[in-house]
Amino acid sequence: MSSDLRYAMKCYAPVIYKGLSPCKPSAIKSAVLHSEQVQYVIRQLAKETGESSDIIQEAAMEILDEMGHSMQLGAVRFFAFTLSKIFKRLFQRVCVNEEGMQRLQQAIQEHPVVLLPSHRSYVDFLMLSYLLYTYDLALPVIAAGIDFLGMKIVGELLRRAGAFFMRRSFGGNRLYWAVFAEYVKTMLRNGYAPVEFFLEGTRSRTAKTLTPKFGLLSIVMEPFFKREVFDTYLVPISISYERILEESLYAYELLGVPKPKESTSGLLKARRILSDNFGTIHIYVGQPVSLRTLASGRINRCPYNLVPRHLPQKPSEDIQEFVSDVAYKMELLQIENMVLSPWVLAAAVLLQNLPAMDFELLIEKTLWLKGLTQTFGGFIEWPDNLCAKKAITSGLALHSNVVCLVDGHVVLNDKGAEGGAVGEIVFKRALAILMCGTYRNQLLNVFVRPSLVAVALQMTRSFRKEEVYSCFSFLRDVFSDEFIFFPGISLKDFEEGCFLLTKCDAIQTTQQEIYPTDKGSVVISFLSAMFRPFLEGYQLIFRYLSKEAKAAFTEKQFIPGVRNFVFQLLEKGNTQCYEALSSDIQKNALAALVQLGAVKKKKMTNGFTYSINQEAVNKILDMFDSRIPVQKPVAARL
Amino acid sequence: MIKSTCFHSKLQCHVSQVQGIEPEMHNITRKRNLRQELLKWNGWGYNDSKFIFNKKGQAEFTGRRYRLGGMVLPTFKEWIEKTFGASLEHKSTSRASLNVNDVPPSVVNEEFLRDLIATKISYSQDAEDRVFRGHGHCLHEIFALREGIFRRIPDIVVWPVCHEDVVKIVELACKHSLCIIPFGGGTSVSSALECPEEEKRTIVSLDTSQMNRILWIDEKNLTACVEAGIVGQDLEKQLAESGFCTGHEPDSMEFSSLGGWVATRASGMKKNIYGNIEDLVIHIKMVTPRGIVEKNCQVPRMSTGPDIHHFIMGSEGTLGVVTEVTIKIRPVPEYQKYGSVVFPNFERGVACLREVAKQRCAPASIRLVDNAQFQFGHALKPQVASIFTSFLDGLKKFYITKFKGFDPNVLCVATLLFEGDREKVLQHEKQVYDIATKFGGLAAGEDNGQRGYMLTFVIAYLRDLGLDYYIIGESFETSVPWDRVLDLCRNVKERIARECKEKGVQFAPFSTCRVTQTYDAGACVYFYFAFNYRGISDPIHVYEQIERAAREEILANGGSLSHHHGVGKLRKRWMKESISDVGLGMLRSVKEYVDPNNIFGNKNLL
Repeated sequence: MSSDLRYAMKCYAPVIYKGLSPCKPSAIKSAVLHSEQVQYVIRQLAKETGESSDIIQEAAMEILDEMGHSMQLGAVRFFAFTLSKIFKRLFQRVCVNEEGMQRLQQAIQEHPVVLLPSHRSYVDFLMLSYLLYTYDLALPVIAAGIDFLGMKIVGELLRRAGAFFMRRSFGGNRLYWAVFAEYVKTMLRNGYAPVEFFLEGTRSRTAKTLTPKFGLLSIVMEPFFKREVFDTYLVPISISYERILEESLYAYELLGVPKPKESTSGLLKARRILSDNFGTIHIYVGQPVSLRTLASGRINRCPYNLVPRHLPQKPSEDIQEFVSDVAYKMELLQIENMVLSPWVLAAAVLLQNLPAMDFELLIEKTLWLKGLTQTFGGFIEWPDNLCAKKAITSGLALHSNVVCLVDGHVVLNDKGAEGGAVGEIVFKRALAILMCGTYRNQLLNVFVRPSLVAVALQMTRSFRKEEVYSCFSFLRDVFSDEFIFFPGISLKDFEEGCFLLTKCDAIQTTQQEIYPTDKGSVVISFLSAMFRPFLEGYQLIFRYLSKEAKAAFTEKQFIPGVRNFVFQLLEKGNTQCYEALSSDIQKNALAALVQLGAVKKKKMTNGFTYSINQEAVNKILDMFDSRIPVQKPVAARL
Repeated sequence: MIKSTCFHSKLQCHVSQVQGIEPEMHNITRKRNLRQELLKWNGWGYNDSKFIFNKKGQAEFTGRRYRLGGMVLPTFKEWIEKTFGASLEHKSTSRASLNVNDVPPSVVNEEFLRDLIATKISYSQDAEDRVFRGHGHCLHEIFALREGIFRRIPDIVVWPVCHEDVVKIVELACKHSLCIIPFGGGTSVSSALECPEEEKRTIVSLDTSQMNRILWIDEKNLTACVEAGIVGQDLEKQLAESGFCTGHEPDSMEFSSLGGWVATRASGMKKNIYGNIEDLVIHIKMVTPRGIVEKNCQVPRMSTGPDIHHFIMGSEGTLGVVTEVTIKIRPVPEYQKYGSVVFPNFERGVACLREVAKQRCAPASIRLVDNAQFQFGHALKPQVASIFTSFLDGLKKFYITKFKGFDPNVLCVATLLFEGDREKVLQHEKQVYDIATKFGGLAAGEDNGQRGYMLTFVIAYLRDLGLDYYIIGESFETSVPWDRVLDLCRNVKERIARECKEKGVQFAPFSTCRVTQTYDAGACVYFYFAFNYRGISDPIHVYEQIERAAREEILANGGSLSHHHGVGKLRKRWMKESISDVGLGMLRSVKEYVDPNNIFGNKNLL
């Protein structure tokens, strides 16, 4: 206890940005309120609505109060104290790359810094603040979802520790947008503190990186575009958990059991998990990326020269494209630096061998996968000299809620499912598979390029490069919301996939042809099996849309509809694709169809409405049906 | 030495006609050589004025032309060593004199020469004369002179003495298909005087220096008609004899010419009272291959379509030769007073200048130098004569830094120049100082102000000293809206620092800026940039890359391609971006009409 206390009370004198003139949060708020940007919007709104500008100004002040951080060292110390207590309880270790922290320290002094962590858990930003405090770095201000504010005491504490809050959606509210954007930019321009937010926008429920959101990123890039700052550093940060705190919560949510609203009492209930063990956290602080370097040669024109800089301006297409590219680049960097634990590999193997797998075989296969992952550039943290058996045993122990060892076989822990009704069995099983999938998912973005080549090879049943590529390209388009692809470089992705497959001797290529080697078939079938849940899942969802769904529907109708459809198939044993129950896949599949033009999305007053272009959906479904060999039920294979 | 000169006579042209051929010929030869002899062949300004390190190793400025002349600058050496990491032991010397054998031969067609001689216009094919007119004062041009590298220089120099001479020369050039490059004061810093290397025709350097008379003064309308070759300081001196001035004082006014100002759209230090060249000019006469362009009257303003003066101003010698200019004049002001203000930091200083501009009460000149330039100016302080002065200086410093809490490494200084009748000046002065006080400014005395302006003229000499010690540098300028001034200054300096690092410059560069002009809508910003190039194999190339990067940065920050230096060949690449495709086409079509055979082929601007 005393060491936690001493830690919390340590001398805290973080390095600061070279151009910083220190200033109180209240002064920042007033600067934001009186900035030309905000005043302009206030005047505009006053003119349009006829409301007096004083009233609008007051509304702006309220927004600021609701949003703005009020960092106080006392709160930071209190947090440091409690967090170190809680974290010590929950986690065995926290591993950080020291050189990354040093680079960050350097960067903070040079230019404004934007921290871009991956988002898997609420622990993410608590942990990151805690870490920066530990390393004597400036605490970031964090763009966190406003539903935190519902947590009364914690919300206020978070705010005092530097978090600021944004409403989840405020697209239509110009005042909110102006105040918010100006607030973030003021923090950034003056280098008061690093700004932290999540590119993914929300916690990924599947541990698979979500496609990026661009709004906040384009806000933090704007001061550079307008040359209000010389440069801005973007720092990708990868946080991976050996076991994710919210894993079961996520699984329920994906299956449609509503998630509990964040509340302080909910957090207290979560105390139960304090007695649980959540293993190790790995934090990799990536190399700070200079926005100026990224932009050089890209943004030649001076798009902001002809309009006063304080006027709200829609970014040009050039800039929008650039923002999107940067977002994807940062996420790819997060993925590249994401530490993968042995359990992640084991989960990937296990999911291909359900419902039970020989323990020794699991070890053997996991070791094999380790080699493959490393070939593909995965960043595996395999504790030094730890033999595979121990590593996997400890993984099993940590995840005993999902899997267990029975008679030398590893089986899914779907306790309570045996005796229940069919529906309940399916639900329990789906829960376990989704939870297990959460870990396998961490591999997917590392594997996706070679795997889609492998899948394309199987689907086309041809060796002609052209045909394989065209199939690859189709899959890449279909899965563009499911996995992270840098926009527009399909051919490069294909070549990289081929290169990696060649590297592990799975294929040989000539000018015109690609063919699997003899020993490569193991790799090829492993890779395509790894992605099969997605192929089959999409196939089921497309089939639902083609056969069952109404011509027009809302998102609220879609999810339960498709869930029921899949559920029935599972109950009847007509499919084994439990993952198709995941609302994540369902939404992504729908988004893919929208992008491919097979479904039209229209904004209505109460959300989005979708209308199906039957012909187009059928065409895409045909691509899947004709080419995906239907998997035999697993049970039959055993 | 002049190989061949010719007599020129014309009734209105010169006085000594009655004295016969010989004296007239010598007169012109002597006159035109006078300037060349006074000026350095491989550097800036007068031969007798330069920075040196004396035997004691102290810096000193030679000559008697400037207030700094003959003075020892005790702290300058240390500043140079500290700022550039330069060492006085490592010297890089220029060639002592021009080696005529290095110079490309003059290629001139016999027929043209015969025709030229027949016009009796003075000319020369001498190597020194040609080299002298084959360059401006860009770093690479001076560097090449010092190294004795000459690629393409004019083949022949001609000295018309009046408008009609110019008409004849242009006619001959059309007839014999020659290329004419007009030459005024030779102070260009845009590569405008560099001869295009690929030019196969004979290049005629048309030196306007002998067209230097004030043709008339119209006191009723306050205008004067002046031949375009007159140099700034001569113009002011001669007008002063009648009690007038133009008030146009660019920093180069000792050497630059009226025609040059018109051709580059020059700006003067005191434009707040007198205006820039476009405000001063009432009428321009220009000789083009298509004929003479002029207006039918000399009026303050006319609405007759786009102003043709604006095709001429800034045409940079691509359309023809400006021969005569009617320019506004003013009575010489009764009273002049310098002043200076110290600000706690650059931001406050800029805010103050902005407010002064907003209230439209800018004095004749108001400039704001940043901290680096303030310290630079400080390093150029001569040895103090009396203990009393040094005591006073110490007291002032104590007051500002300790009592007022200004950080000597952050503060910045504005220099002021007021002009007019005494009472109004004092009133004006009070107004400006009152505004300054609101921005935390402290009056810092007349002397500091005056020194500031004197230094502008002297600083130009510093590059030659730097070149002796492996330091290269240059100045560049831009204009920018008020709200972007600070961002632009900071970003350009940072960009320079970053580029230097990337290009392997071992010692952090010296980059500094000042706001030199204020306008209603923005300001002109002037940068100095220099670095120690030891250890770099191709310093000029590195320098040019960095300057280019700095210009890119300026453009990206909403600054202009140039406020008054012009485009020349140095900044051509950005013209399209600056004025759009159509805009460029408009200029091109004028060029095509006026000069279809590209007689004025210096390749500037377009």
